[in-house]
Amino acid sequence: MKRFFAWSAFLLGSLIFILPLIGMTEFSLSMRRGEYSFDAYASVLSDPQFRQTFTYSVVMALVTIVFGILLVVPTAYWVRLRMPHLRPIVEFITLMPLVIPAIVIVFGYIRLYNTSSWLPLTGTSTGTNILLMFGYTALALPYMYRAVDTGLRSIDIATLTEAAQSLGAGWVTIFGRVILPNVFVAVLSGAFLTFAIVIGEFTLAALLNRPAFGPYLQLVGANKAYEPSALAVISFVITWLCMGLIQIVVRLAPKPPAQSH
Amino acid sequence: MSLASPSTGRRLPTQWLGVAPFFLFAFLFLILPALSIVVGAFRGPEGGFTLANVAGLNTPNIRNAYWVSIRVSFWSALLGCLVGFAMSAAVVFGGLPRFIRSPLLTFSGVASNFAGLPLAFAFIATLGPAGLITVWLRNDFGINLRGATGFNLFSTTGLIVTYLFFQVPLMILIITPALDGLRREWREAAEMLGATSLQYWRMVAFPILLPSLLGTFALLFANSFGAVATAFALAGPQLNIAPILLFSQIRGDVLGSPGLGYALALGMIVITGLANTLYLWLRSRTERWQK
Repeated sequence: MKRFFAWSAFLLGSLIFILPLIGMTEFSLSMRRGEYSFDAYASVLSDPQFRQTFTYSVVMALVTIVFGILLVVPTAYWVRLRMPHLRPIVEFITLMPLVIPAIVIVFGYIRLYNTSSWLPLTGTSTGTNILLMFGYTALALPYMYRAVDTGLRSIDIATLTEAAQSLGAGWVTIFGRVILPNVFVAVLSGAFLTFAIVIGEFTLAALLNRPAFGPYLQLVGANKAYEPSALAVISFVITWLCMGLIQIVVRLAPKPPAQSH
Repeated sequence: MSLASPSTGRRLPTQWLGVAPFFLFAFLFLILPALSIVVGAFRGPEGGFTLANVAGLNTPNIRNAYWVSIRVSFWSALLGCLVGFAMSAAVVFGGLPRFIRSPLLTFSGVASNFAGLPLAFAFIATLGPAGLITVWLRNDFGINLRGATGFNLFSTTGLIVTYLFFQVPLMILIITPALDGLRREWREAAEMLGATSLQYWRMVAFPILLPSLLGTFALLFANSFGAVATAFALAGPQLNIAPILLFSQIRGDVLGSPGLGYALALGMIVITGLANTLYLWLRSRTERWQK
């Protein structure tokens, strides 16, 4: 009896996930009347705007990842090593993007960094791209920081740092050749999560008027019938890839000694 | 990286250089933007302090936008909690085969990140006017989904249903560890004292889980409250909820007063801030039980 209820709860709940996935897949294949075809995909992939915006967002995601790593890893390392009393403040800051909706953050950017301000970032397209990258870094900060901090917790950074220093390593060497390789797995999972967040992001890109994949999705959604479903399938596959890669990376990583259950 | 050299010692302020880039970034691109919204909300057109902007929120249109947002977030969070809890409990206690558990958690990780426009497209293809289920019900059962149940995907009800796609997995991800944390000893102790299964749930498990449940509810609420993209793709700019109203205001000053826009954004910060504070506070209470 209990098992019956458990199965029904599980199966009914699963419908919320399964039906939309079936729906979008079926719809994306039905562009040709009466038979399944990949016409919607062909139409999407041959659209030059798809390629442009998708490339733009991929580049944006990669730049955000690099900047995020350079910003977060040294900070998390330094706070753990030398300034543990700052931990609560830093953690609070990294949680701020979860408290303040993205649309409010970008509203603040537009107010602060418009063409008539002291730092007119939105005046040029390069400036706006940089601003967008900062915004994405902020959005990904909670995930990136937590991933890296968890990674740092599992290694003895004080001993590693002292060992490297006694061998004559400078800070750049310590950071690049000792700390970073040791938290590589954590950094990678933060990076994949950042990628998944940035690739289809809509609000920031739309309000800063950048030709990103998110606004393109919106445009297609408003004007086409079958292509949006094909794009949804593609986006879902990308999200799966990012999350799947995190799982694989974590599983391949050397494990800390098993804890008793 | 201009990190302090090791010889500079611990008392000199040079060690602040190590965290300076982070604090500079946080100040310029998180704290200052938020502050500028707060300041803008209390500043009149000629500068100077005013409460007129915040008071100006009290119009039927803006009140309605907040209220619809709160309702959508409330129901999607509540249903997300219920369904997520049921699924998680089924996997942890219900005697389902063990191989289901790991894929469910992986899938939840993916689905909770599958939001925004593609999610809206998926639901349009499923429950929209030409969607899979709509067409299936019409052709095979002669049921007109919209006519028979009044369901319209492009309304607040549709929004709530769509949000469940990321709310339920988020609940599963957070509540499964909490359910794992319920020790078997507690149940055995309750049973030895003669408690029925219902009594155990009502008097032992539920009070322990309550902070987790309420905290997750608050998190799910905040999670859907700030969401723009899904709602925008489903219902377009005319749907009157707070984030979409703010979106239109930023694009084209639809409220006709910049100060009112800042006040609208401030209201959103206050609501998500309260929900998140509640979540963090309840989580710190929960963690006592999970050691």
